[in-house]
Amino acid sequence: MNALTKNERQALSRAVLEIDVNNHPGVMSHVIGLFSRRTYNVEGILCLPVGDGACSRIWLLVNEDARLPQMMKQAEKLEDVIAIRRHHADHAVFSELEDFFRP
Amino acid sequence: MTETLTGAQIAIRLLERQGVRTVAGIPGGAILPIYDALGQSTVIHHVLARHEQGAGFMAQGMARATGQAAVCMASSGPGATNLLTAIADAKLDSIPLVAITGQVPRAMIGTDAFQEVDTYGLSIPITKHNFLVNSAEELLEVIPRAFEIALSGRPGPVLVDIPKDVQTQAIEIADWPAPGVRQMPPAADALAISEAAAMINASKRPILYLGGGVVHSGAASVAVDLANKANLPTVMTLMALGAMPVDHPLSLGMLGMHGARCTNLALDECDLLIAVGARFDDRATGKVAAFCPQAKIIHIDIDPAELDKIKTAHVGIAADVQEALERLSPLVSANPRREWNTRVDELKRDFPQHMPDLDLPLSHFGLIRTVAACLDDEAVIATDVGQHQMWVAQAYPLRRPRQWLTSGGLGTMGFGVPAAIGAALAEPQRTVVCFTGDGSILMNIQELVTAAEENVNVKIVLMDNASLGLVHQQQTLFYGERLFASQFKATPDFIKVAQGFGIAAVDLDSAANPCAALMEAIARPGPCLIHASIDVQQKVFPMVPPGAANRDMIGA
Repeated sequence: MNALTKNERQALSRAVLEIDVNNHPGVMSHVIGLFSRRTYNVEGILCLPVGDGACSRIWLLVNEDARLPQMMKQAEKLEDVIAIRRHHADHAVFSELEDFFRP
Repeated sequence: MTETLTGAQIAIRLLERQGVRTVAGIPGGAILPIYDALGQSTVIHHVLARHEQGAGFMAQGMARATGQAAVCMASSGPGATNLLTAIADAKLDSIPLVAITGQVPRAMIGTDAFQEVDTYGLSIPITKHNFLVNSAEELLEVIPRAFEIALSGRPGPVLVDIPKDVQTQAIEIADWPAPGVRQMPPAADALAISEAAAMINASKRPILYLGGGVVHSGAASVAVDLANKANLPTVMTLMALGAMPVDHPLSLGMLGMHGARCTNLALDECDLLIAVGARFDDRATGKVAAFCPQAKIIHIDIDPAELDKIKTAHVGIAADVQEALERLSPLVSANPRREWNTRVDELKRDFPQHMPDLDLPLSHFGLIRTVAACLDDEAVIATDVGQHQMWVAQAYPLRRPRQWLTSGGLGTMGFGVPAAIGAALAEPQRTVVCFTGDGSILMNIQELVTAAEENVNVKIVLMDNASLGLVHQQQTLFYGERLFASQFKATPDFIKVAQGFGIAAVDLDSAANPCAALMEAIARPGPCLIHASIDVQQKVFPMVPPGAANRDMIGA
């Protein structure tokens, strides 16, 4: 993934993952580590606590890849992951943030 | 009635309540409060290893021999980093392990304090789960949970990192939590089970493919029953050896890189592969696209992430394999399957495992068979990693699940001696044999003195070719015979080394009657090193060259 040019990356289709997790230090490392140790780049990360703060929701923007179903299964196995859902790349959570990411 | 206890006392009490009776470890500054509490325990026996990796593998030996979660301990910093290899090994072979590490006090975390290392961060990719404990109160939840996670689903290692100030924090305890126990996964899908049964019933040339999950699940006897009922020729992975007795008429032994030719050729012809608790490891499958090219696949595994990971299954069942097989078996019709078994018998006759010099006790296969002749199936057979490991896998008559302890996934040299000590501590009534090589034994040689101190009944059979045999073999076969860094120019006198560490030693090279010397060494209680020189030119054959299809094996 890392060897692709910027244009090639943009041409790839994307997916958005919505992951409900327990909120404590280290959870982000567990989730992101699944991707980084497979050299699977995560293009975007958003995370905020939900409700009383016992849980958080992590939103990931990732490239579509044949490994994505396996990544989701591996994420489901993490003790601190409560649920994982997959959305299309056009999900509002990242597109509405684009204003904050102008070069 | 409440009592006031420190975090350290709580941790030890929780281990006692888990039923833990032996732990292996090494103390150090950041875990001293726990060691102080451990010293007061009247029920837990602490085994003082000489290197934390040794402690980790001793715990693995206990867990592999019994199926129960076992505990190792280390201090912060180098103590914790020294444990990592044993933890990673447990992850790859799905061994239930609870590793407890001391950490610097919370106020000093992140300051590069003395012996501070990010144990939590380092252990994320090699544990099933890990905890950094924030308060003495939290231990009441974390420690039972660590055991539950280690034992439930696909077993694995769990690390609990406990800062020193949490160990010394005193709190009032009124109630104790229930010990953590194995939680059963949801039952196998009934529709998938009946589909699998229909596929087996319709198949002409099925093969049952057993993996380590069969041993972990306690499913060996139900798997053998299924094979018997439907006359399924059966292959085993390295991790599953012993699940079906190797001399069972349906057994084809170990598949893959160093499997017998008949085993891999039978897989090439099968029309249905029934994978049970196996994960299609590359050492088992060879080139995946060419593995069982004509076969439909039924895949039963407790870990849903293993289904469709390497090979897409026609029927995938995520379930405890014992439960799944118990429900599958009644739906599978008895079938003599004469044509297919005749064909498999032909392959066995025409392409058997070649084992020369079985009657020479100083040949590699002869030594292994002579050791086997001294023992019954109650013995535990551990190995290190290398040529000796593959020869033992090929030649030792393994007949019992949990008889065989070997580092499969990670392939860790140095595993054998401490794992054998752990098995002997957990099952003192058994004789434990550790086959090792001159390369492997030096990687945890310091544990010989632990073996002497504990007076464990471990017989270390050292097959000495003064080289890193598998490297030597690959350089000879695939690197133009350019031998580099695979032959030792200096070798220790292993007899003196063993005696120096305080254990008995026998050199078969100089024995007037090697057979008698071996038999006597094995029969004598307590630890013993048995040394035998072997020929460096001997190869592990047959062999699937790296990247090749299993059918393209080389060598005899």
